[in-house]
Amino acid sequence: MSQVRVEARALIKRYGNLTAVRDLEFEIGSGEVLGFLGPNGAGKSTTMKMLTGFLAPSSGTAIINGHDIVEDSLAARRCMGYLPEGAPAYGEMTVRAFLEFVAGARGYSGAEARSRAAAALERLNLSRVPEQPIETLSKGFKRRVGLAQAILHDPDVLILDEPTDGLDPNQKHEVRTLIREMAADKIIVISTHILEEVAAVCNRAMIIADGRLLVDDTPAGLLKRSRYHNAVTLEVDQPERAASVLSELSQARKVEIREGEVTVFPAEGAELLEVVSGVVREQGWAVRELRLEKGRMDEVFRQVTQQEVAA
Amino acid sequence: MNNAVPVNSTTRAVGSVMRRELSGYFATPVAWVFIVIFLVMAGVFTFYIGSFYERGIADLAPYFQFHPWLYLFLVPAIAMRLWAEERRSGTVELLLTLPVTTWQAVVGKFLAAWLFIGIALGLTFPIWLTVNYLGEPDNGVILAGYIGSWLMAGGFLAIGSCMSAVTRNQVVAFILSVVVCFGFLLSGLPMVMNLFSGWAPQVLLDLIADFSFISRFGSISKGVLDLRDLTYFALVIVFWLIANTVVLDLRKAD
Repeated sequence: MSQVRVEARALIKRYGNLTAVRDLEFEIGSGEVLGFLGPNGAGKSTTMKMLTGFLAPSSGTAIINGHDIVEDSLAARRCMGYLPEGAPAYGEMTVRAFLEFVAGARGYSGAEARSRAAAALERLNLSRVPEQPIETLSKGFKRRVGLAQAILHDPDVLILDEPTDGLDPNQKHEVRTLIREMAADKIIVISTHILEEVAAVCNRAMIIADGRLLVDDTPAGLLKRSRYHNAVTLEVDQPERAASVLSELSQARKVEIREGEVTVFPAEGAELLEVVSGVVREQGWAVRELRLEKGRMDEVFRQVTQQEVAA
Repeated sequence: MNNAVPVNSTTRAVGSVMRRELSGYFATPVAWVFIVIFLVMAGVFTFYIGSFYERGIADLAPYFQFHPWLYLFLVPAIAMRLWAEERRSGTVELLLTLPVTTWQAVVGKFLAAWLFIGIALGLTFPIWLTVNYLGEPDNGVILAGYIGSWLMAGGFLAIGSCMSAVTRNQVVAFILSVVVCFGFLLSGLPMVMNLFSGWAPQVLLDLIADFSFISRFGSISKGVLDLRDLTYFALVIVFWLIANTVVLDLRKAD
């Protein structure tokens, strides 16, 4: 089978005078788990709604597995699974009836529809509640029902709008595990404003603000943009004294004290961890904690998105 | 062969939407409340206001003559949730990202509601048994009456379905469709014609007068199954379902 691809070509969506998505252009290949990041109202959901064929783009198009979403919407939809925001479902239906309906609408008939629904129930650990009306289920279960309908036809492309929003930590973990399990041969696009999620499941991240694509990078690459990247933070008894000693180092660009913690920022290309721990040993400080910072996602996020707002 | 595949998939898509919708009626109290009220109201109109017994004539005219008024309120009550509810709960996004076109979804939901009204209508069969027990009615006329009544319900329903796509508020959808249905019911009567006479061309006036549900239904329920009347209701249904599709495509975003 040929490689799965998703391409967005100059996607634009206007609502009256408001431009929700401005000229988005990207390509995704199989095996990629792409995280859409962005403040509320950035155009993440609108983009997903266009990719899945719910909204027609004002101009531009997207190609899903060779099918144009404008010209050949049904064929494009057939190779996609979609979890809309908030996992909407027909509340009065039982879980099984709902999944069998989706299987039927996806073109499976009779026995095959039933076995598809049963497999999805199994996969999402819904086997305890197949005959319960969906509206009586907890939020976590409802989300799983939404995921079950999205993966039921084993789609090449999976589009999940805020799949873990509002779930408790255990449920989040479950959903993320599921995403990772399915990632190998698919394209998965998730939108989220939970930053740690990107590091946890994605191997590519896009930051979108005000309808524009601002950053397209790996999660590690995003962290490198943080000023905390490769900084060293330590917790000592006398932070002021430690700060003044450390600021003498030639490898240190800057030293900050925040909430009793001293953070040393590296000069261009400098490796600080060795140097700082050397100083600690020399001075005989009582260090309660010493850590190398990977970078802070929330800081990068703020930096990228607010720069845009200011500009 | 090339043609067989799309036709098949259309039938299947429409069929699965229709089955889901129809089972949805019976999963909630909506179906039972509607059926009971429909039967009670139909009975009240026929026996009290229509003087079924007192007339001493073995036909169902007093039963059918009130159907337009019964439908005026009951059909919009069924139709109001068709799309307004989907949009409010967000399921419209789920439904219209399945490999189902908007038109197929519109038709599937319409057919489910129409069948459901057909079931309610069919459950009035005791009155047919009664009239056959009491006398010797023309059963052909009665059958025509049932067909005409069901077609008219379809017309009301298509209007209501379209109005339901206009808004996500079911009460607004209900009121809008009652108003539009009322217009279709009464067009041809002086109170509607007066609005147009004086400024509208005669062609339009004739057209409006031709649009009256009541006169069309009246002739069918007298046993005259004129192809023109049947075509009229079919066209009304198709027109409003197309309008429904267009409205839905325009407004599903907000």
